[in-house]
Amino acid sequence: MRPAGTYDTTYGQDMATVRTKAQWIMLALFLAFLLAFPHFSGIRWTGVFSLMGITLIAVFGLHITTGLCGQINLGQAAFMAVGAYTSAVLTSKLGLPFLVALPCAGIMAGIVGLIFGAPSLRIKGFYLAMSTLAAQFIIIWAVTKLFGAAAMSVPYASIGGFVLDTDTKMYYLIIALTLIAGLAALNLTRTRAGRAFTAVRDNDLAAEVMGINLFFYKLLAFFIGCFYAGIAGSLWAHCYSFSIQPLQFTLKESVWYLGMIVVGGIGSTLGAVLGTVSIRLLDKVFAPYISPLLAAAFPFLRANVTYAAGAILFALVIIIFLTKQPRGLAHWWQIIKTSYRLWPYAH
Amino acid sequence: MFLQFLVSGIMIGGIYGLVALGLVLVYKSSRVLNLAHGSFLMILAWLCWSFAEQLGLPIWLSILLVLAISVLAGLGVERFMLRPLIGQPILAVIIATLALGYLLEGVAIMAWGADTKGLPEFIPREPIWLGPVSIAQHYLWAFGIAILLFVLLLLFFRYTKMGLGMQIVSEDQQVARSLGIRVKNILAQSWAFALVIAAISGILFASLNSVNNGNALIGLTKALPVMLLGGLESLYGALVGGIIVGIFEIVVGGYIDPWVGGGFSNVAPLFLMLVILLVRPYGIFGWQRIERI
Repeated sequence: MRPAGTYDTTYGQDMATVRTKAQWIMLALFLAFLLAFPHFSGIRWTGVFSLMGITLIAVFGLHITTGLCGQINLGQAAFMAVGAYTSAVLTSKLGLPFLVALPCAGIMAGIVGLIFGAPSLRIKGFYLAMSTLAAQFIIIWAVTKLFGAAAMSVPYASIGGFVLDTDTKMYYLIIALTLIAGLAALNLTRTRAGRAFTAVRDNDLAAEVMGINLFFYKLLAFFIGCFYAGIAGSLWAHCYSFSIQPLQFTLKESVWYLGMIVVGGIGSTLGAVLGTVSIRLLDKVFAPYISPLLAAAFPFLRANVTYAAGAILFALVIIIFLTKQPRGLAHWWQIIKTSYRLWPYAH
Repeated sequence: MFLQFLVSGIMIGGIYGLVALGLVLVYKSSRVLNLAHGSFLMILAWLCWSFAEQLGLPIWLSILLVLAISVLAGLGVERFMLRPLIGQPILAVIIATLALGYLLEGVAIMAWGADTKGLPEFIPREPIWLGPVSIAQHYLWAFGIAILLFVLLLLFFRYTKMGLGMQIVSEDQQVARSLGIRVKNILAQSWAFALVIAAISGILFASLNSVNNGNALIGLTKALPVMLLGGLESLYGALVGGIIVGIFEIVVGGYIDPWVGGGFSNVAPLFLMLVILLVRPYGIFGWQRIERI
């Protein structure tokens, strides 16, 4: 819904993502904020934002596979692991430059995704959930088998001769890639493939009758989603250079990623952003403050309260959103936007 | 050697079947795949340990208490989580049950830490020898209880009003309602039943091994392949599938593990699950659904 007095007179205006001058200004301010962020925030917040960016790329991938195309993927973290270890091996063992390893990590994760997504033509719903669940456990088992459970060290990312050896430098790379990934995910919904994904999600038999090649588009959704996961994994590997281990990519991470698109609103790119940012903030900001209080209030609680409190909090948030507001934060944002545009009228 | 593997496989398969039975029961009545089943199993076993060891209650009383709690928990979960999810896509149910599983795991970590504890022994330890084959009495008991429960449930589903009600609810909720069956009650009852089974299988499993948070994983990595192999809706499928998966796991552990290296037998049921998904997704006894637009 547009504010009163805003008319689109050309096709280009109608399709534009950024419509008005105010939005351009807000976008510029937002980008300036992201650029300036490491200079006024502490090292901790830069780290939180980097983690948010990496998570966001993986969640965008899941948003494409699950949110847009409706193919349930319970193994996103495992596909991230594939990307992380591909990138690690390519740069540290084979000595390839980071700029080669990054797309290779994405493609490798995409190919593994194709293998486990292939059953999606015959099966769906619960069955597909089981297949990707098996993928999660099998991939992590294979990674542990091949590279060991111990932490593996990875060289710093470098572009040309420029070595990204500090958190701040890595932050800029991650933010840039996150913006590109987000823009691509947003624009995907407006292409033929994106519309095909939505049709497959809403009713795959009807989509097939309309002439959509189910096998191709389901696999494409898996490939793109896992490609994103691979890119996120590669960034993870180079961001946490001295300790990547299989334990960082468990089923729990996969469930949290799914939870992020649920909290944000399934099927909405904005929702993926809102969900990821709010959950990561909850996890990194709220949990460290709340857990000492909990530990002080209930002294009989065991160790690891931070970890457990984070898990409980997040699980509760997901369940509450699913039962009370299944359309997620993106829906709230829509309501707010509509109401201020209509203000002071009710309808 | 092979005979020993076979017998051990059948015995461990009985437990897997019992765990899967809880999943099948819920799926049969409400078409919900309860991915939190393993976590319930783990936390109910912890509760039993707490009653028996920390409060010093006799083991039979603590088991009864846990069974009572599991009934309440089943009713509560159905009322406050699953009922609001009716009519939402499958994805919502999957994520909600997984999140519930992690919620329970968080609670378990807070309350009991990451320890490994043993339940007090209520089944004698020494194995029974059948010729060259040894069977641990635990497994025999577990297997016997599993068989007994299967028979009771089969009779229940065939002859009681409640059981028939559950069957019709699983077939079509609208038809069930028009026949005068209270769908909500039926769903609540099946959840209570499923959690009682989770409690029994959790306590049996814990008495075989130990009580720890890792027990939650058998709900996902063992019971799901069993359920899928047997067919999602089939009770005796769960038993047959359990035995097949149990034998498969033990035989793979015995013959292939030395070649591939440790841990392969843990993921072997998942490989089996992938093969079933590709070849025959509706399992041995499941219903093959034909979809129309």
